[in-house]
Amino acid sequence: MLFSTLSLSMLVMVLAGAVLLQQATAGVVAAKRDSSLNEAVGVFTFMQEQLRNPEFRGLAVLESLNRLADLAVAQQSQYRVVIQAPSSSLVSAGILAESVPAALRERVEESQGMFITPTEVVYTDPAVAPEPGWAVGASLIGPAGERYPVYYLFPMTTELQTLRALRGAVIGAGIVLVIALTLIAYLVTGQVIRPVRRASQAALRLASGRLDERVRVHGTDDLALLAKSMNRMAGQLQQRIRELETLSTLQQRFVSDVSHELRTPMTTIKMAADVIHDSRGKLDPMSARSVELMSTEIDRFDDMLADLLEISRFDAGAAVLSLQETEVAALVTAEIEANRSMAEQLGVQLVFNKLTDDNTAHVDDRRIRRILRNLITNAIEHGERRPVLITLASDDEAVAVAVRDHGVGFEAENASRVFDRFWRADPSRTRIVGGSGLGLSISMEDARLHRGWLTAWGRSGRGAQFRLTLPRTPDDELTSSPLPVIPTDDLGGGDT
Amino acid sequence: MSDGTGKAKILVVDDDAALSEMLQIVLRQEGFDTVHCPSGDSALDEFRAERPDLVLLDLMLPGRDGVSVCRDIRFESGVPIIMLTAKSDTADVVAGLEAGADDYVPKPFKAKELLARIRTRLRRTGADAGADLLTIGDLTISVSSHVVKRGNTMLSLTPLEFELLLALAKRPTHVFTREALLDEVWGYRNAADTRLVNVHVQRLRAKVEKDPEHPEIVITVRGIGYRAGESAE
Repeated sequence: MLFSTLSLSMLVMVLAGAVLLQQATAGVVAAKRDSSLNEAVGVFTFMQEQLRNPEFRGLAVLESLNRLADLAVAQQSQYRVVIQAPSSSLVSAGILAESVPAALRERVEESQGMFITPTEVVYTDPAVAPEPGWAVGASLIGPAGERYPVYYLFPMTTELQTLRALRGAVIGAGIVLVIALTLIAYLVTGQVIRPVRRASQAALRLASGRLDERVRVHGTDDLALLAKSMNRMAGQLQQRIRELETLSTLQQRFVSDVSHELRTPMTTIKMAADVIHDSRGKLDPMSARSVELMSTEIDRFDDMLADLLEISRFDAGAAVLSLQETEVAALVTAEIEANRSMAEQLGVQLVFNKLTDDNTAHVDDRRIRRILRNLITNAIEHGERRPVLITLASDDEAVAVAVRDHGVGFEAENASRVFDRFWRADPSRTRIVGGSGLGLSISMEDARLHRGWLTAWGRSGRGAQFRLTLPRTPDDELTSSPLPVIPTDDLGGGDT
Repeated sequence: MSDGTGKAKILVVDDDAALSEMLQIVLRQEGFDTVHCPSGDSALDEFRAERPDLVLLDLMLPGRDGVSVCRDIRFESGVPIIMLTAKSDTADVVAGLEAGADDYVPKPFKAKELLARIRTRLRRTGADAGADLLTIGDLTISVSSHVVKRGNTMLSLTPLEFELLLALAKRPTHVFTREALLDEVWGYRNAADTRLVNVHVQRLRAKVEKDPEHPEIVITVRGIGYRAGESAE
């Protein structure tokens, strides 16, 4: 802004200066031409008269010319004279005869009359630079009617000095003006820009979540109006966000309260169902089967309730890590053992491959076991009776567990959606193990709480791999994982 | 156990009438005697009057809340206390455990789970340890009489704390993982909440260590768990 003002005003100044100087020069040069011509006419008339004067009659023409020249020059140093004598030329002291342009000589020699043309006055002293000036030429008529061309040279020495002084003045004034303009521009833009800048900073702070931020309002101009509108917008925004926050908190509290409130009657129902279930041998077959169905469904309901409560805890930001230095391999082994009987029932073999020895990390073991349990049961459920491979590896900063199954898998583009709440790869598939549909969402939240990663890889018909990467301590920022996202046994699989 | 009939008496402190009744049905079916108290205010009086062998305590009670009832009971008795809690948030559970509860069962639970927890807490360690007199650090444990002494001073431990100490003392060179202790002392087979171990180790240390900040009896083995301190003979 300031820079463009500066460069524009400079351009204007340069242009104005150039025009001014050009006009002045042209004027000065034209005036000099007129005065030179006038003066030349006077001197020429005088010289012509002298030449015809009887006083000079006796003298040799050359001599009289010489005296005339001296006379003319002696009057003033305003001009120099060059007289073309028959054998040589008489030149005023200090200048060279070349100062008369050849074109002028030709015209004077060819025709009668007085001619004027611009020229360069060349001095005998080579240290003095040639000066522009006017050359006036005419022919003196001798007593015998012979022609002696005479040239008057008017160097523009004083005019040049004047012009030089003028140029200096113009440049000086230009510089002062540019500086003054810059200052003015700075002050003016400052007055306009500062409130705008303040407003933009306030807007930035608003955007960064500091909703109490307001712009100060000065005066009644457009800028004040802008500030007022911004403040109003901020107020509205704040109110809206507060409303949404309250609504969200209410909703979270509602989910949490509902889940809590359901727990006590749920306990009673469960215990009652257990009691009846235990004595189902005494019931008729239909009632017995009903009791069985009721028991399993109550268990499923119970799992959902627990997951729902867990999710509501994450949503409320109430989930807290209870960290402990733990050997992750032990957690993996424990979860594998806990799920082995279910795996065997479904004909799935669980294979554990521990690649590194030191796999300790600061983790909340309850949460990590829950993640592992989710991943392993998921793999068993979707494993299509093929072996499930669990790989553990670690490096300096992280410990990673990958759970690979070779079952139905899922489309690659669903890799992020698998963590969505209640998402199912294939809605038509029947659930064998059950589960609330919140397992992977909870696992994701648990991983995030550890500042770890939970990534999914899958291809339809080629199985899936879930990889959990945990930093050695949650203070560490994860940059890489010791295990690849894509299972090594599928590298050459050919993506189709 | 304590009374002549050989039936253990359980005090159920819960304000939910249906659950209380259901709990009592299940407990009676399993051969326990039950007493019910529906509010936190009368819980301590009831406890003093009935002298139960075990207390089932709901954390959310009208009147005095479960945590302070738990603290009051623990102040006068080492009786096993099992919390029933609808909230399994870390803060609530830890508050209950720190108030002196031995174990907790999050709602909703299965009758079998609760019964297993109750049986573990009522179980008395017999003379299966072999030697009756054990040492751990500068402490002497007399297994059959349930007495822990430093020199001639008797240390007053709850049955749970006694079992925890005993478990460590029985295998002085062994490093116990928290999971192993959960199995041994609380009877958990796989599902595990290691906060139980952490809180009770802290409570035990507060009673048996000369300087709980620098434990010499129950030593932490980083990344694994705990072991017994060297016997100072």
